[in-house]
Amino acid sequence: MSRRAVITGVGVVAPGGIGTKAYWKLLSEGRTATRTITHFDASPYRSRMAGEADFDPVREGLTPQEIRRLDRAAQFAVVAGREAMSDSGIEFDQLDPGRIGVSLGTAVGCTTSLEREFIVGSDRGKYWEVDQSYAVPHLYDYFTPSSMATELAWTVGAEGPVSVVSTGCTSGLDSVGYAAELIMEGSADVVVTGGTEAPLSPITVVCFDVIRASSTRNDDPTTACRPFDKTRDGLVLGEGCAIIVLEELEHARARGAHIYGEIGGFASRCNAYHMTGLHPEGIEMSDAINIALKQARADATDVGYINAHGSGTKQNDLHETAAFKRSLGAHAFKTPVSGFKSMIGHSLGAIGSLEIVGSLLAFEQDLIPPTANLHEPDPECDLDYTPLVAREKKVNTVLTVGSGFGGFQSAMVLKKVEGAGR
Amino acid sequence: MTRAVVTGIGIASPTGLGPTAYWRATLQGEAAIKPITRFDSANYWAKIAGEVPGFEAGRHLQGRLLPQTDHMTRLTLVGTDWALRGAGVQPNDIPDTDIAVITAATAGGYEFGQRELQKLWLQGPEYVSAYQSFAWFYAVNTGQISIRHGTRGPGAVVVSEQAGGIDSIGHARRQLRKGVQLALTGGMDSSLCPWAWVAHQASGRLSRNNNPKRAYLPFDRDAAGYVAGEGGAIMVVETPESAAGRPGTRIYGEIVGYASTFDSKMPSREPGLKRAAELALRDAGMDASEIDVVFADAAGIPELDKAEADAIKAIFGPYGVPVTAPKTMTGRLFAGGGSLDVASAILSIYWSAIPPTINVENLVPEYELDLVMNEARHGKIKAALVLGRGKGGYNSAMVVREYR
Repeated sequence: MSRRAVITGVGVVAPGGIGTKAYWKLLSEGRTATRTITHFDASPYRSRMAGEADFDPVREGLTPQEIRRLDRAAQFAVVAGREAMSDSGIEFDQLDPGRIGVSLGTAVGCTTSLEREFIVGSDRGKYWEVDQSYAVPHLYDYFTPSSMATELAWTVGAEGPVSVVSTGCTSGLDSVGYAAELIMEGSADVVVTGGTEAPLSPITVVCFDVIRASSTRNDDPTTACRPFDKTRDGLVLGEGCAIIVLEELEHARARGAHIYGEIGGFASRCNAYHMTGLHPEGIEMSDAINIALKQARADATDVGYINAHGSGTKQNDLHETAAFKRSLGAHAFKTPVSGFKSMIGHSLGAIGSLEIVGSLLAFEQDLIPPTANLHEPDPECDLDYTPLVAREKKVNTVLTVGSGFGGFQSAMVLKKVEGAGR
Repeated sequence: MTRAVVTGIGIASPTGLGPTAYWRATLQGEAAIKPITRFDSANYWAKIAGEVPGFEAGRHLQGRLLPQTDHMTRLTLVGTDWALRGAGVQPNDIPDTDIAVITAATAGGYEFGQRELQKLWLQGPEYVSAYQSFAWFYAVNTGQISIRHGTRGPGAVVVSEQAGGIDSIGHARRQLRKGVQLALTGGMDSSLCPWAWVAHQASGRLSRNNNPKRAYLPFDRDAAGYVAGEGGAIMVVETPESAAGRPGTRIYGEIVGYASTFDSKMPSREPGLKRAAELALRDAGMDASEIDVVFADAAGIPELDKAEADAIKAIFGPYGVPVTAPKTMTGRLFAGGGSLDVASAILSIYWSAIPPTINVENLVPEYELDLVMNEARHGKIKAALVLGRGKGGYNSAMVVREYR
């Protein structure tokens, strides 16, 4: 008998508010939470905006040692993890810990802590031979991001398979896809998964500046990220985290759990094209979509909503629009598409999970969040991108996609599960 | 169930480049831990490492790749070339969407990252390389392999500290079961620059003994930490049907079992390594008595050595199986270590020999281990168990067997 992976708990840290409720309020109202960077003085940089989370670790219940030990991205994961655990209703300490796994996505790990410590150890770059006497005790944990999955595993008491999945900007989708594979193959009954990212430090901002991928609409930060709009001029960085409790279907049913939906299918593809460029035909993303649909035993015409990557770059808009048409044919034109990065920015390895959670909430509420800031549609992007205002629609199947540096293309099909009321 | 066989092995190790040179040195117990040459270690308390000697990236890679890659990516790309060549895979032999790339990482292109951080903070943002956005991040090796060889199948990167090299191969086997024909998988790692070195020192796990012969002594009563090294292995793992499509392809061995577990934070709970080994054996459908050698994680830290010895004893009985740790020759290779151990286990089966553990003189008697010390042990090897652990609680185990 085949095992199926369903979502029974979610937790969120996002720009615009902490917690799933605040996140849904922002998305459903089509408001934006991008702003001028306040985390550090961004005035020397080309792009000076981001989707920042107003996150106070003390208020969120972290202890002084957790705050000292954990990079901001790990703090997000613990806080969102706790919300997801509580939302799932699972008594984690009653489960066999060996049957609990963790799969956490992140693109750049603890970069913020590493840069902060580099500045001290090198005395602002003066010394190539970084001074060992300034090394902080948890420097090695920042060095390798598996330390973040460790923290989440401790939070939930996991003793099954635990890993970080780090495939750049598709990490947040790929980590959940990996988690679903662990459940389907029988390696775990519950996997706490998702993605976390707190990349807002100068080195990350500069990475996108130097390749001119980020927006320079610095005088209008709240509307700077404009996917599918002809005035778009690049992505706006963001930070955040979404943690998802994935559970084997019968395990969830046996305890009468509320089921948000099922991971029907997932696929990833390398495009073998360019580390940062995208081919406008979108063949590999389309391949990933086709495989994910096939796994989900869904037809293209079943897709009721497409959650786009929507990063706000022209090459991405053309790439994924082509991929949607290639896979869904005429149905692509009848399917609402929207992009959350217009509201919360691009939180790299976290965004895929934030998009999954937003899509699940769209199931719950029969409401499709819009693409914000889409006033002047690009004529080359000729699908229905749900501009500005959320749309009421009952949806049973969602397609969500991601695309990232390294050539990674991922697609996931989320399905409603019948008889899964709260 | 889809089977997974190893047909190509690309190795860059402090003990040799390529499987032939590596295996010769490894059977002879060649010591490759030496004083650091890659940076000036005068101001650091740890002064020795396992460096890959004689690797000239420019001899193997096009010039345009050099400014955009860290040392660990160059090792990875060259290792992948060798693995593919060994497996006799030519372009277009296999549909490009039927090839997966699954690598392990620990810290990304760290030396590249240090250089760009220094430029940013000393000179200014306009001096930062346009390649920094992808040369430092953990996904770089999978992306670069895919581009270099035009592979358009699934891509993934796992990070589970020093267990990752095994996990990547386990995940590659999962991709074969999902339908791809061939996977390029494993890990190559390098973080020998000052900014990485202060992090290694801060891990609390590096040996403070700078005598290369006395620094890394797993299972020894003088065990007091490990030595860091660079390198690893990238392998071609494919289905037997895929290998049969290229007549004459050499099959080194088969990946038959894999599992990973995690250690609880609660001291009352048993560490997960034994459970990982048992699950991997169960996955292989094999009994412990069928295992001819264990490639140990060999942490070189007394409490971790004891935990591993306890796990091996519980499964195999006292002195119940030959145990070895060729990583005593190279130091620990992080994301590369687990995959190099799997490669060594496969080569053990192929060449009927167990490589030795070097430098250990005073094996802790209570461990009751049959540690293969100083001299290789020759004889038929049908199956091997490979163990790996990562800081933070990661345990992984893989069973490899002769292909029949």
